[in-house]
Amino acid sequence: MSKKEKLPDSKGRFGIYGGVYVAETLVPALEELAQKYELIKDDKEFMAEVQDDLEKFVGRPSPLYFAKHWSKKLGGAKVYLKREDLNHTGAHKINNTVGQILLAKHMGKTRIIAETGAGQHGVATATVAARHGLECVIYMGEEDIKRQSLNVYRIKILGAEVVSVNSGTKTLKDAMNEAMRDWVTNVDNTYYIIGSVAGPHPYPQIVRDFNSVVGEEVLFQSKNQIGKMPDLLVACVGGGSNAMGLFYPFIDISSTDLVGVEAGGLGLDTGKHAAPLNAGSEGVLHGMRTYLMQTTEGQIQNTHSISAGLDYPGVGPEHAWLKDIGRADYTTANDQEALDAFKELTLVEGIMPALETAHALAYVKKIAPTMDSEKVIVVNISGRGDKDINTVADIEGIKL
Amino acid sequence: MGRIEKTFLDLAELKQKALIGYIVSGDPNMSSTLMAMHLMVEEGVHVIELGIAFSDPMAEGPSIQQGHERALAEKISLKATLKLVKSFREKDKKTPVVLMGYMNTFEALGSEVFSYAAKDNGVDGILIVDMPLEASDEFTEECRKQGLDVIRLIAPTTTESRIKKICKQASGYIYYISLKGITGADSINPEEVEKKVLKLKKLTDLPVVIGFGIKDGKSASKVKDLADGVVVGTALVDIMGGNKEEIEKHLSIKIKDLSKALRKT
Repeated sequence: MSKKEKLPDSKGRFGIYGGVYVAETLVPALEELAQKYELIKDDKEFMAEVQDDLEKFVGRPSPLYFAKHWSKKLGGAKVYLKREDLNHTGAHKINNTVGQILLAKHMGKTRIIAETGAGQHGVATATVAARHGLECVIYMGEEDIKRQSLNVYRIKILGAEVVSVNSGTKTLKDAMNEAMRDWVTNVDNTYYIIGSVAGPHPYPQIVRDFNSVVGEEVLFQSKNQIGKMPDLLVACVGGGSNAMGLFYPFIDISSTDLVGVEAGGLGLDTGKHAAPLNAGSEGVLHGMRTYLMQTTEGQIQNTHSISAGLDYPGVGPEHAWLKDIGRADYTTANDQEALDAFKELTLVEGIMPALETAHALAYVKKIAPTMDSEKVIVVNISGRGDKDINTVADIEGIKL
Repeated sequence: MGRIEKTFLDLAELKQKALIGYIVSGDPNMSSTLMAMHLMVEEGVHVIELGIAFSDPMAEGPSIQQGHERALAEKISLKATLKLVKSFREKDKKTPVVLMGYMNTFEALGSEVFSYAAKDNGVDGILIVDMPLEASDEFTEECRKQGLDVIRLIAPTTTESRIKKICKQASGYIYYISLKGITGADSINPEEVEKKVLKLKKLTDLPVVIGFGIKDGKSASKVKDLADGVVVGTALVDIMGGNKEEIEKHLSIKIKDLSKALRKT
């Protein structure tokens, strides 16, 4: 049996990872969600509706673009960019929200909640909620609200309420805690759209499946445009949804290497990073067993990254599994490397990537020159960089 | 017979309800917690639940979250709490102590090491909020070996078939969450709770206690006849987080109020 048909298992696990570690109140809600999703994912009518939205509302398929100039500059493998930045709302996040909101409607829920870090998932959720006329509340850490003010304003214009979370570290993980608290209170009428392949089962599976359109398209486009399968897929990993979406359809294609790039922050040795797969250990947070950044006493540690979207102390359980079985490799790029890659791609190809994406590009910068010119790398441009302009200007000491 | 079982049997004989008090270990510091534990017992608390601070207490409302944050600022961990219970036992050999917290901190110590040390230091039971039935085999087994009770939560949303499974694995008492929501949420609906608890009592011989949403004598008296006891947390944690000079005074008044309400017939 192939790896991808098996997982998650009947307990929602990927090996020892994943599962359902939540307070009792939420167990029945998650069981219901898992059951409903099992039924609907094979429902032709439902999937046709999702497909239609992906084409006409999101603008799929997204192009696979040969970065000719950058490849030449790097002087090694051919680098192709999967243009998720061209999606409606500017990132891969919409693939998942388009699917989940249809699931929510199908389940008769009238209120939508979500957590967001960089604000991309908040925007993607508020967007589909606006389109379907559903009430929407977005939880966002106070720190993230400061660094992503543009997205906060976008969410508000879309008619959603933004709730500032000032507990704990005031970032993504705390926003997720708060969204869970909302859900546990309003579980009867509320659907929680988790934005990454994280959280309790069945979320890691649902979010992976809806994002897999990215990898499926790359399979098809590689065959048609390149005439062969890529030798290497690269994506950044925070919670890991864009990477999982790209990797998943390739899991059984053993000739394609998979590399996820975590946020190295100021460097792994400084402790100021967001790289649980590289420097964390096994634990339980947000309803899942996975790799976490934690103290020896099991307290979750503060993370640091230049990009709000990667600033998360955990990671999707399927990535933990892929790491352990050796199917995917996980490395890091630090803040400065990401910033350099951000600038380089913008200058050389005229494509401004999100700072999250720039971590994947930083790795490509290192690895492409070491590979033959016949080799093909596909890197997921998970989002566009417009939202990061203020952050980059700040670092450069420029006041906009 | 364990302390928890004996406490509930003694209370049943006296036709009295159990008052269970929750505070966070190390909030605002260890000496205050120890003082509060003894004071609570003196004023009428029958079982003490000690919250183990966690950086991400997902099921807690703002008050108890702040309690966790205050304890974390003091760097209070599970290990330090075990020592605290040992100190408590120097004077109090009778009152059951239950540790309530989140999976990750308990796992960091390991089920075997934890269970042994917990028993050794005088702990009577554990309640791990985010450890569902399906993932509880390891802790349940290790705790059982040591004679520690594994207290389990049942929510308004829990189905009957699931209640049966949970009760089969639980020991000590069943903690019924009186409302959908987080700790310290708004007032509970006694009729709704009554229906559920009556059903629950038919499915288990264990004592059933009601928690979430009970903050004073008035709210306690509304539900006390439905079950074998009530849990008060948020109201006590608010006192622990208040003016340090007045913790003793306010805690004493609060427990007296609750205790009186439970005795009233």
